[in-house]
Amino acid sequence: MITKLAKRIIPCLDVKDGCVVKGVNFDGLQKITSPVGLAEFYSKSGADELVFYDITASSDGRKLFTDILTETAKNVFIPLTVGGGINAVSDFDRVLKCGADKVSVNSGAIKNPDIIKEAARLYGDQCVVLSVDIKRQNGKFTVFANGGRINTGLDAVEWIKRCVNDGAGEVVVNSIDTDGVKGGFDIEMLKAVSDAVDVPIIASGGAGKIDDFIKLFKALPKVDAGLAASVFHFGEIEIQKLKAEMQKNGIPTRL
Amino acid sequence: MTAIINYGVGNLFSLVSSLEKIGNDAIITSDISEIENADRIILPGVGAFEDAAKKLFESGLVPAVKKAAQNGMPILGICLGMQLLFDYSLEYGRHEGLSMIPGKILPIPTDKSLKIPHMGWNVLNFQNGKHPLFKYINDKDYVYFVHSFYAECDDKNIIAKTEYGKELTAAVARENVMGCQFHPEKSSECGLSILRAFCEMKKGDFAQC
Repeated sequence: MITKLAKRIIPCLDVKDGCVVKGVNFDGLQKITSPVGLAEFYSKSGADELVFYDITASSDGRKLFTDILTETAKNVFIPLTVGGGINAVSDFDRVLKCGADKVSVNSGAIKNPDIIKEAARLYGDQCVVLSVDIKRQNGKFTVFANGGRINTGLDAVEWIKRCVNDGAGEVVVNSIDTDGVKGGFDIEMLKAVSDAVDVPIIASGGAGKIDDFIKLFKALPKVDAGLAASVFHFGEIEIQKLKAEMQKNGIPTRL
Repeated sequence: MTAIINYGVGNLFSLVSSLEKIGNDAIITSDISEIENADRIILPGVGAFEDAAKKLFESGLVPAVKKAAQNGMPILGICLGMQLLFDYSLEYGRHEGLSMIPGKILPIPTDKSLKIPHMGWNVLNFQNGKHPLFKYINDKDYVYFVHSFYAECDDKNIIAKTEYGKELTAAVARENVMGCQFHPEKSSECGLSILRAFCEMKKGDFAQC
């Protein structure tokens, strides 16, 4: 082993109008809907990083989101990535000022590919996270926009290579085909992507149980992190148990 | 009171928040008298060495920082702030640093199996015993790194290393001048504990150099 760099476990929180959508209900704990409370909870339970996804459409909601982000960033001392509604460099500026460490751009980069170059030049590659929703179309990995609703026709591997070349420092790869199915990560698709670029890859979509993460990291040593939402929020996977199991399996992890 | 040197580089939000969290009163300052009257100094920094060094020298604060160091004031450089403490960097050309710790900044040797930047949580391996900066943490604790360059210097000034292809300098100290390559403000409880230990240090804790 040449490094003990830990494989990262990342819960993703969807935030709408200042609250976590669905909230979280753990054994013996009351329902948590405050992003601040939940972020603190995850931070204490061993999450390596957090993703806040702003699913608000209105400008009032956006203001609430940045307020709640500021409050969270003041209290949580692990890396925070913010996504949702990032369409211009000014959006990077807005969330970075509220304490985000990295900014994740998805449909915004499809509409305006220059955003990656500009943001990387201003804030550094490490700050720019490309998020991609991918679905198989006639056997080809294809990029979808607007939360998976619009087929862009773009080849996923080519798109990711281009964005990394432009300065995306990390890629969140979300498989629409496995998302929500809880049958495991999309190993085939993640392999195609992780073989193509040399920046950290965060796997998303399909985690249903602890073993899915173990399989992911064992099958694809080039994948750096696993991201999930509901399985963490509903307590189906406890992060500390997941990490203990990773360690048992020889996967470097921060306990 | 801790003076965070403001020379127009980087986002200080997390650093200020983490110092607030541990109950330390900190000011972001580019005022020489505030620096002189502080109990300790933090030199932050992210981005490219050349740009940061240029801004720091142009800020006119370098003599105040060096004088404070000579008077025994504890100084902590964080990430690029740590790299600036050294003689020079070879990041896109050769650029002079503050020469407060002998050594140079080099690119992390690239090995196809490892990605650059070195980003994520990695293990601290204490060197030369347990430095006072680490009094509240343990050897092998994890901290959060984001960097593509590293400090090469005399082993006697290295207080922690981390393994990434080769052993990389993770933290340094030369008397009252200290630095960490990782981000304590992003390293959860472990990072806050390092900042707490630093914020308990004051002038006179170290032999004057």
